[in-house]
Amino acid sequence: MDLKRKIVTDLYELNDSDVLPGYYKPKKTFVTGLQTLDELLERDKKREEDGFPRKIRLGRIIKRKGAKDNQVIVVPTTTEPKFEHDDSISEDQEEQTGGSGDGEEGEILGERPLEQESGSGAGPGQGDESEHEVGTDAFDLGKVLTEKFSLPNLKDKGKKRSLTKFTYDLTDKHRGFGQVIDKKSTLERVIKTNIILGNVREEEEIDTEELIITPQDQVYRILSKEKDYENQAVVFFLRDYSGSMQGKPTEVVCTQHLFIYSWLMYQYQNNVIPRFILHDSKAKEVPDFYTYYRSQVAGGTNIYPAYELVNQIVEMEHLSADYNIYVFHGTDGDDWDEDGRQMIAETTKMLSYVNRIGITVAKNSWGLGGLSAVEKYLQRSNLLKERSELIKMDVMPAETSDEKRIIEGIKTLIS
Amino acid sequence: MYLIDQHTKSIMEECKSRARDAGLKFDKESLEYIVTNRDLIELSPKLMIPTLYDYWVNDVEVLKGKGIYKLYPNNPYETVINSRPAISYYNDNNPDWLNIMIFYHVIAHIDFFQNNIFFKHTWNDDFVGQALADKRLIDGLRSEYGRWVDYVIEFSRSIDNLVGYYDILSKTNLPINMGTSERVEFYFGEFLQEIHKVPEMLLFKDIEKYNSLIMEQGSIGETSFFAEVKIKYPEFQAKFDKYLEKRKPKNKDLMEFIIDNSPFLKKETNRWMVSVINIIRNTALYFSPQSRTKIINEGWASYWHDELFRKDERIKGHEVDYAIINAGVTSLSRVGLNPYAIGLRLIQYVEDLADKGKLNFNFQKINNYEIIENYDLKTGTGKEAIFDLRTNFSDFMLLNTFITQEFVNLHNLFVVGQRINEQRGTVEYYIKSRNAQDYKSMLLDKLQHPPKITIDNNKTNEKNLYLVHKFEGKQLIKDYIPETMIGIEFLWGDQVQLETTEIYQIPPRSEDEEPKYENRRVLYTVKNKKIKKEYI
Repeated sequence: MDLKRKIVTDLYELNDSDVLPGYYKPKKTFVTGLQTLDELLERDKKREEDGFPRKIRLGRIIKRKGAKDNQVIVVPTTTEPKFEHDDSISEDQEEQTGGSGDGEEGEILGERPLEQESGSGAGPGQGDESEHEVGTDAFDLGKVLTEKFSLPNLKDKGKKRSLTKFTYDLTDKHRGFGQVIDKKSTLERVIKTNIILGNVREEEEIDTEELIITPQDQVYRILSKEKDYENQAVVFFLRDYSGSMQGKPTEVVCTQHLFIYSWLMYQYQNNVIPRFILHDSKAKEVPDFYTYYRSQVAGGTNIYPAYELVNQIVEMEHLSADYNIYVFHGTDGDDWDEDGRQMIAETTKMLSYVNRIGITVAKNSWGLGGLSAVEKYLQRSNLLKERSELIKMDVMPAETSDEKRIIEGIKTLIS
Repeated sequence: MYLIDQHTKSIMEECKSRARDAGLKFDKESLEYIVTNRDLIELSPKLMIPTLYDYWVNDVEVLKGKGIYKLYPNNPYETVINSRPAISYYNDNNPDWLNIMIFYHVIAHIDFFQNNIFFKHTWNDDFVGQALADKRLIDGLRSEYGRWVDYVIEFSRSIDNLVGYYDILSKTNLPINMGTSERVEFYFGEFLQEIHKVPEMLLFKDIEKYNSLIMEQGSIGETSFFAEVKIKYPEFQAKFDKYLEKRKPKNKDLMEFIIDNSPFLKKETNRWMVSVINIIRNTALYFSPQSRTKIINEGWASYWHDELFRKDERIKGHEVDYAIINAGVTSLSRVGLNPYAIGLRLIQYVEDLADKGKLNFNFQKINNYEIIENYDLKTGTGKEAIFDLRTNFSDFMLLNTFITQEFVNLHNLFVVGQRINEQRGTVEYYIKSRNAQDYKSMLLDKLQHPPKITIDNNKTNEKNLYLVHKFEGKQLIKDYIPETMIGIEFLWGDQVQLETTEIYQIPPRSEDEEPKYENRRVLYTVKNKKIKKEYI
């Protein structure tokens, strides 16, 4: 059976306008996308002054363009909180729907890949366009991006080292004049202007001869002084996606790693190479942040295979010679390997080359009373004290950690 | 936005006249509009009511360009507006035959809105007109109080799903001569049972006496009954008067309670807020029946577009086109739910039951399979029965009454479950059950059901509003609780508490163990916008 088609499980989702042709269907328009957010954001700021929580959340959508090319897009969104029933937690976890036709009880009708599901509770809604996107809501991604973080212990490594701190390059953009025209940006601006003028409509073919081009829409590259990013880094993201991580812990870890990832991409651009590893009782590397972020919780928990895998990758690819290496690991603190013998061994090995290991423990509500396995063996090993320059741990309760706490956590990890 | 042209309107009028001949009942007037994209951007956040009040949060959604689905998951936009006259929206380039089919569908919706008793409280309203008046009022207030108007709208909307729709409904439909007087209720209730603690035996005897007096003497029965009471309990009248003075109003929903009792709203400077809250409350009440009649309403409309269009000679030459569209609307999915399909089949099923005389107590007593199977009295009352459905049933009643094993077998229905196949790394869909009971509870679980939250009068005073959530197996969405309560605190003017139940997962100790669940009663307290949670 073709399960690629969307399965409707909500009784209220279908309406006359969806099933009967002839009703007016909402069409996407480009114009709405051009309206300014500023007024609404201004209003939202006022809320804080009036003492109410902010309402507009900036949703982060990660769009997968290529295998390794992810783009972070920010869209505004709101929810209207109400007292509503929560269907997500119950004795009977299994989601049910209706069906019809032949077949015995127990017969399998079809399947879909596990990874399609969002690992976090705040994944995007279903629908064709969102299939390639990921998002959680945050009030201020911008805050994270402008926050002056920097990777700690950054050292000059490898052959790409440059002697000057500044170079002159055609990186800055300028409207109206400059050295070389930036075709892509120019085209973007031209289209934008013409959408406002009504020359570009969704339902019609674009007639390029109709487009009006003003000098202000021409964007040029202009020669400018640039900081030369000489230091290269590889950042490993490790995430526990075992059964116990379901729900809040996953949400916290994903959000934090998304923040770190967005910030790295923003600040260090091409000088940072991200690698992504998921683990339950086994570890595997996934090709991109999209898969990393979206993958669903699976089996039991062993942490050391993930560290072992990092060590292997670093060794095989000789990464430590040319690159600064950072490892961020998110877990709920659960580990079947209670005394952490293998885990400590792998960590110690890692510490010989790494610039920083940042471990986030997002604890489940039931674990708040005592120390989790990871906390216990890490403290017993004394690594956190002896090698405090290189390894940091941040423990937070998953249930109550908001964005502020998560950003606070990033600071701890990279301090 | 402009009206359909004269030619199309004449098609609509022809459809109306044929629908009337078939037994549908609805107002003479209806309005059909052609809408443009621009209209729609403005209409959709307003539930397609062009005159609904403005609210800035809607603008964010418009900006988001994703439609209103996220914002109103339970109030998807209507294509037919239940107002007087009814309004519907169309494309401007439909072929005539398609319009005929759609018009029949729309007419059946209008018939449903105007006859189903769950809509009774909306029957006298020109909602579009009312909304316009409300919008103007809100605009006026906004020029005076600025963004504070929007706060009141926001906080009112955060509790507008708790409106006491069924309270209103039960009052609306109570036949005038059926209710007993307050005096009778007080006498048999509080007076005899609580003040005098009369034993049950004597109480029943008294009730019998009252009933027989009513039977014998009709309306003056009550007077003569109380003449006797006066002799037996001389103090009754005094007690009753006292009761009338201090009685507490029953069945108030949260919004109504806040309007009547909030110390904050009682302040002269805040009186204007009451009208805003009332507007939000009335709007919510107006839309309440829609989501409770989704399946039956869509089933009804599908039944009639099929019934009327197939017998309409104007279908000629378009039978195949129609069949394709109709199948798209009303076919049962292999996996997934389609309210049109389920509603239509239930209505057809009821029609068939009635036609064969099976909707009958005598039939239910039969326990011989063969007789049941071949039972057919050819009563011809099927149509009558489905018109009764249309008048008196909601989704819950329809599903709860008519999803039988026979129905489930007839249409080969089953419950689909999902499970993880770890080896293949997939989620499997499988046939979980063909049992009617399972199918019914799966569907009932999908029906919209706002939480029941009441006010504890004993723990509530001017300084504290104490709310109690009745736990029905599902916890409230935790993330929404703080913000919602901060809103209520604003409207109440002081501390607000909410008693609710939360479900906690106890983690499995080993791989094979299933996780366990535990319910805990908790108390949220909000004071000065600070939230505290404790276990009780």
